[in-house]
Amino acid sequence: MEALEQIKTRIEAAVPGAKIDIVTNGSPSAQHSFKIDNQHAREVAKFLRDDPALRLDFCSNATGVDWLDRLVKKTVKVKQLVDGVENVDQTSEENTEGYLEAVYHLFSIAHRHGPVIIRTQTDRIEPELPSLTPVWRSAELQEREIFDLYGIEFEGHPDLRRILMWDEFEDFPMRKDYTPPDDFEWEPTPHDDVLARAKEHYSPRPAADGAEALTNQQ
Amino acid sequence: MSAGFQELEQAPPRMSSRLEGELLEVSLGPQHPSTHGVFRMNVALDGEIVRKLKPVFGYLHRNHEQIGESTSYLGSMPYTDRLDYFCSMTNNWAYALSVEKLAGIEVPERAEYLRIILAELTRLQNHVSLLGFLLSDMGAWGTPLMYAFREREKILDLFESLAGSRMMCDYMRFGGCRVDANDDWLAGAKKIVDLFPKFLDEFEQLILQNEIVIARTQHVGKLSPELAINAGITGPMLRACGVNYDIRKIDNYGFYPRFKFRVPLGDHGDTYDRLMMRALEMRESLSILQQAFTQIQPGPVMNPKVKLRAFKPPVGEAYGRIEGPKGELGFYLISDGSANPYRYRVRPPSFINLTVLEDMCLGHTVADVMVILGSIDIVMGEVDR
Repeated sequence: MEALEQIKTRIEAAVPGAKIDIVTNGSPSAQHSFKIDNQHAREVAKFLRDDPALRLDFCSNATGVDWLDRLVKKTVKVKQLVDGVENVDQTSEENTEGYLEAVYHLFSIAHRHGPVIIRTQTDRIEPELPSLTPVWRSAELQEREIFDLYGIEFEGHPDLRRILMWDEFEDFPMRKDYTPPDDFEWEPTPHDDVLARAKEHYSPRPAADGAEALTNQQ
Repeated sequence: MSAGFQELEQAPPRMSSRLEGELLEVSLGPQHPSTHGVFRMNVALDGEIVRKLKPVFGYLHRNHEQIGESTSYLGSMPYTDRLDYFCSMTNNWAYALSVEKLAGIEVPERAEYLRIILAELTRLQNHVSLLGFLLSDMGAWGTPLMYAFREREKILDLFESLAGSRMMCDYMRFGGCRVDANDDWLAGAKKIVDLFPKFLDEFEQLILQNEIVIARTQHVGKLSPELAINAGITGPMLRACGVNYDIRKIDNYGFYPRFKFRVPLGDHGDTYDRLMMRALEMRESLSILQQAFTQIQPGPVMNPKVKLRAFKPPVGEAYGRIEGPKGELGFYLISDGSANPYRYRVRPPSFINLTVLEDMCLGHTVADVMVILGSIDIVMGEVDR
C-alpha cells in the first residue's frame, strides 16, 4: 500500500476542499490514521472505497471514543536572558476541549491490504457526524451502537435507534463522565426508600420498542 | 365410499398459506430454543412468508466494553472468555494479540504453537457443535447434536486438563501462555485429532448428504458476494459466498505462514454452502493440528520481560484481529499510559454478521428463518456484549 502522505495528497486532489490530517500513533503498532473533516467525510469514504489502487471495500470496525476536556502540558523553549542563561523552558498548561470521535478501520478484500484508519470528530454538546452506512453497510449496526452508547447522531443513517440499551434509556453509558444513576441496582430486591428512588428515576416503560409496529410501517 | 363412513355435508375450510395482503406481526424470541440465547426477531408475515424482519438486540447487554475500561489490561483477559463462550481460546488470543501490538511484545515459539493448536481445537469444537445445533433447528432433535457434543466434550476435556476450565479457559497472556502443555497432554490431543476424521466421515455421510438437509438448505438464504463484502460479513459466512478472505492467510499472524492449509470456498452463498464450509474447514484444521504436533519444540511459553501485574503499555492505539471460528474477531485498544485501557472495543463477528439477516430471510418461510439464523452462527454473549 502507498504511504499515508501519498494517499492524503490523492484524496485532497480527488475531493476538493477536503481537510485531511494525519494523526500519528506513538505505539509500537504504528497504526496511523486520517482525521477527516465532517463536511467531506462521505465523499472521502466513497473515494477510498472506489479508488482502484486502494479499493477499501471492507469496513471492518466502527467505534466511538470519548475524549474529555484535558489539561495538556506544553513545554516551550523561550529565548530570553535570565541571569545570563539562555533558552529557558517555559511550561504552559493548555485546556483542550473534549470531543467525541468515530473511528473506522478499513481493509481491502480485493487487494488484501489494510488497515487504513479514518476518524471524524464532533463536539460533546450536540454531537453530529455524517453516517458512512451509505458507503459501507457494515457500519449500520455499529453506528447504531455508537449512537446508543456515545450519543453521536449520524446524519444519513437509515435506521438510527438505540440498539443495546432500551429505547427509553436517556443517558449514554460509554461516555467517560457517565455515572450510574443511583445505587438502587445494588439491592437484589429494591424496597422502601430505595424503591421510591428507583421509581422516581425511571418512568414506566411503554410496551413497544422501535422494532415493533412493523405492519404499520411502509 | 365405504359403508359406515359419513360424508361431510360441507367441504372442510381450505387452509391457505397466504393471507392476501394482510401482514401478521410475530415476535420470534427472545426465549426460543432456535435463537441460541436471548435474541428476538420481529417479523411481519404474509401467511408463512417473511416480508419484513427486524432484529432486537440487547437482552444480554452488560456493557462489556465499559467494564474493560475500568479494569486493568490483565483483568480483561478472563472476561474475554465470556464474549463468545464457545471459543474462549480464540477470544483470549485476539485480545492478547492486540495488547502485544499495542506494547510491542514478542511471543516465544512454543507459545505460538500452543496458541495455534488451541485455536484450531476451538474451531473444531465450534464448527462441530454448530452443525449439531443447525440440525436441531431443522427438526432433527437431539441425536445429531449429541453426536457433535460427544466430540466437543473430548476437546473440552483437553481444555480443562490444560487450563483448568472447560469453557472459561483464561489461558493466554500478553507475551505467551499461562501454563505449558506437557507431553502427555500433547499425546492426548494428538490421539483425539487422529480419531476425529473417522467421526467426521460418519457425520458427513449421515448429515450432509441427507436429502432433507439438502432440501431445507439449498437455495435458502442466499447472499451475494458484493453485499457480503459491503456489509462486513466475515468468516465462513463470507467464504461461503466465494470470497477468498481468511485472515490467517492475509495477516499471517502467529505462525500460520509455516503451515500448509487450504481455504475452502463456497459457490452459491446459500445455507448449504455455509454448512459445508464448516465441515471443510474442520478438515483443514485437522491438517494444521497434525502439522503443529510434529513441529512443536520444547521451550519457554512466556516472555520473561513482560510484567503482567503492573502492565502499562505506551501511549497509542492498536487494532488487532484474528480469524475466529465465527469470523473476524478484533480488539481496538487505546492506551493513555495508565494501567487501564482508555478505550477497549470488541469487534464482534457474530454481531456484524447479523447486519444482513433481513436481506437473507425475506421471501422465505418462518421455518427457514431459523435455519438461516442458525447458519450465521451467533452467540449472544458476543452479540450483546
